[in-house]
Amino acid sequence: MPSPEQWTRPDPGAGPAATAAQPSPEQVIAGLRATTEGGAELTQLLTPEGERLEDSRFDPYLADIDAEALRGLYRDMVLVRRADRESNAMQRQGQLGIWVPLLGQEAAQVGSGRALRPADMAFPSYREHGVAYTRGVDFRELLGIFRCTDHSGWDPAEYGFHPYTIVIGNQVLNAAGYAMGQKFDGKVGNADDADNEATIVYFGDGATSQGDVHEGFVWGAVYDAPVVYFCQNNQWAISEPTERQSRLPLYQRARGYGFPGIRVDGNDVLACLAVTRWALDECRHGNGPVLIEAFTYRMDAHTTTDDPTRYRLSDELEAWKLKDPIERVRAHLARAGSGEQDFFDSVDAEADEFAAQLRDFCFNMPDPPPERIFSEVYADTPAALDAQREEYLSYLAGFAGGEH
Amino acid sequence: MAAPVQSPVDTQAATTQTMTIGKALNNGLRASMEADPKVLVMGEDVGKLGGVFRVTDGLQKDFGEHRVLDTPLAESGIVGTAIGLAVRGFRPVCEIQFEGFIFPAFDQISSQLAKLHYRTQGKLKAPVVIRVPFGGGIGAVEHHSESPESLFSHIPGLKVVSCSNPVDAYWMMQQAISSDDPVMLFEPKKLYHSSALKAPVDTTATPDPLHSSRVVRHGDAATIAAYGPSLPVALDAATAAQEEGRSLEVIDLRTLSPLDLGPVFESVRRTGRLVVVSEAPSEVSLASEVAARVQQECFYSLEAPVQRVTGFDTPYPPAKLEEHFVPDLDRVLHAVDNALEW
Ligand SMILES: Cc1ncc(C[n+]2csc(CCOP(=O)(O)OP(=O)(O)O)c2C)c(N)n1
Ligand SMILES: [Mg+2]
Repeated sequence: MPSPEQWTRPDPGAGPAATAAQPSPEQVIAGLRATTEGGAELTQLLTPEGERLEDSRFDPYLADIDAEALRGLYRDMVLVRRADRESNAMQRQGQLGIWVPLLGQEAAQVGSGRALRPADMAFPSYREHGVAYTRGVDFRELLGIFRCTDHSGWDPAEYGFHPYTIVIGNQVLNAAGYAMGQKFDGKVGNADDADNEATIVYFGDGATSQGDVHEGFVWGAVYDAPVVYFCQNNQWAISEPTERQSRLPLYQRARGYGFPGIRVDGNDVLACLAVTRWALDECRHGNGPVLIEAFTYRMDAHTTTDDPTRYRLSDELEAWKLKDPIERVRAHLARAGSGEQDFFDSVDAEADEFAAQLRDFCFNMPDPPPERIFSEVYADTPAALDAQREEYLSYLAGFAGGEH
Repeated sequence: MAAPVQSPVDTQAATTQTMTIGKALNNGLRASMEADPKVLVMGEDVGKLGGVFRVTDGLQKDFGEHRVLDTPLAESGIVGTAIGLAVRGFRPVCEIQFEGFIFPAFDQISSQLAKLHYRTQGKLKAPVVIRVPFGGGIGAVEHHSESPESLFSHIPGLKVVSCSNPVDAYWMMQQAISSDDPVMLFEPKKLYHSSALKAPVDTTATPDPLHSSRVVRHGDAATIAAYGPSLPVALDAATAAQEEGRSLEVIDLRTLSPLDLGPVFESVRRTGRLVVVSEAPSEVSLASEVAARVQQECFYSLEAPVQRVTGFDTPYPPAKLEEHFVPDLDRVLHAVDNALEW
């Protein structure tokens, strides 16, 4: 990691500080183009062409990833992508109120999610459907949020997966606090590693500007909390490119808070897995926190209500397609002779089935009953709220009885 | 050839266009930016995208990046720097993308923006406008449908207004910008692009003062007071009641802090009945404040307790249930019945 002395204050307009490479100043200012280059500091273990690069620092974290395990990661990403596309389509058909696509971010999410152990805790933003899947949350349980039947479906404690957080950055502080709790409970630095825990928190490039995220970094650092800050830099915060948020590459911010920061190829599932395993390991052994910047790309719109043609050019997407997170694993498997056509076909068939089930479930989701409005506002419900509920329900019953 | 003589009608046509609330807000912003080079627009995605609701559409293209700032993603930053810019002589107009995202800025709004004038005994002014799309009924996920206007109306030093139609949208925007006090403009997001509410806006008209409420429909059986997104349902209720031979008076409160309740008092003294409609939860709310002041001023005229038709005292529910939460025609008419049959 370069020290602060190694970078100088960028000459405004001379280069896109946040991404350390490529687009012209005019393009950056115009906000038309994000870079496709992660720069020299990018940790990559699998090239876009599917070539496995050796890496003495991180290869040890992949010792158990044989061809079978790699096929598993491939399958995860294909299923997650298929479910994402199906959900996007269901929004178009009016079955969901909105969808937040993760297209392009499968490797960042599956790689980091698969690095977690069951006792670890994950705090997502609102795009982490792939992480949810790796935590064992049924994809169908995500749909309620987007069909607007629910604010959060699953039991966070059961899956080690906190509710989605829509208010940008809030969850980073919550995660730092949770990790402080893990430490206070003696779950860090034990000789028996099985007794150790860590927390990971997900947020975007745009989120890094929020006060809560900054404070989350400060708290994690001051309390040596076992928290991995996992920033998916997908180059865009709705219409604003990362240059709007930072002068320097995001991972380098960690230095200022006193913990390590690392930039990983967010489209490389092996690199994401290995680097996150390393970071969690550091945390479990008392060397946390760690900031990971997963350098990736939001290949679809911000949400189904967004129109990216207003602010970015399609050639940017074309350039990123060449770095597709799934294609490179497929190429690697095929190249290594461990991916037969039969295997790819069977995964595709499984994905179709997965999507069909999702669809079937979604189309048959019941609407919540009106009393749900009043339920579980408090652990100990005030009488006045009970009365308000009763009054409204009897008002509704009046319609059923034909009184009105 | 003699120049054609323009009739007054022609002149009016040239200055009058029919538009939605969203477009009227955009035009109001544009007019202020043209009139005063110190007016800035700042917020998330307000530039190239034109805001997620397109209220700032085209402004960056026409006024440049130094006048329309796509800011970093931080609401405290947006409002906090707007205060500094205002102290420096600018007139920033901040957009908060959705009301649910204003809370990181709550500290700056309450501790600095609202108090700057008082603390310095008028030596510093804070002419900052904060635009807040608010209210529900758009089928959105959490934090996109709330009504936090009471929280801000509770803060001394801030002014709070809400528009419900294109004419007000056009003028209130400009009046808020030229106000030397900080003004929060709560914009009814579900009405932004309503073609039913499209109305002619005459840019040469003389607008009502910013901090005034207005009777928008006359009647004598009962009074409905509403603001922003609740105006259409209040007017629908009056239309429905008319069919049953009851004429309801409807008042658009327009200004939430300071409240302008003179027209409400005057109306209630005639009708004896008041229904206040708002999407916000009712406990400790603007609706409650209106009720309290009316019972104080109109005690001997009241024929029934003031009725509040509001959101429930719960968080905004999942949107599949919002039709229950947001006051609808039946609930407003039910309250009118209660008031009339008391
Ligand atoms: C406090 C807050 N402000 C604004 C928003 C509206 N908003 C939702 S997503 C988003 C952009 C987030 O960008 P980034 O952090 O890069 O995450 P990404 O969506 O790219 O995954 C914005 C401005 C919000 N949800 N919360
Ligand atoms: Mg982003």
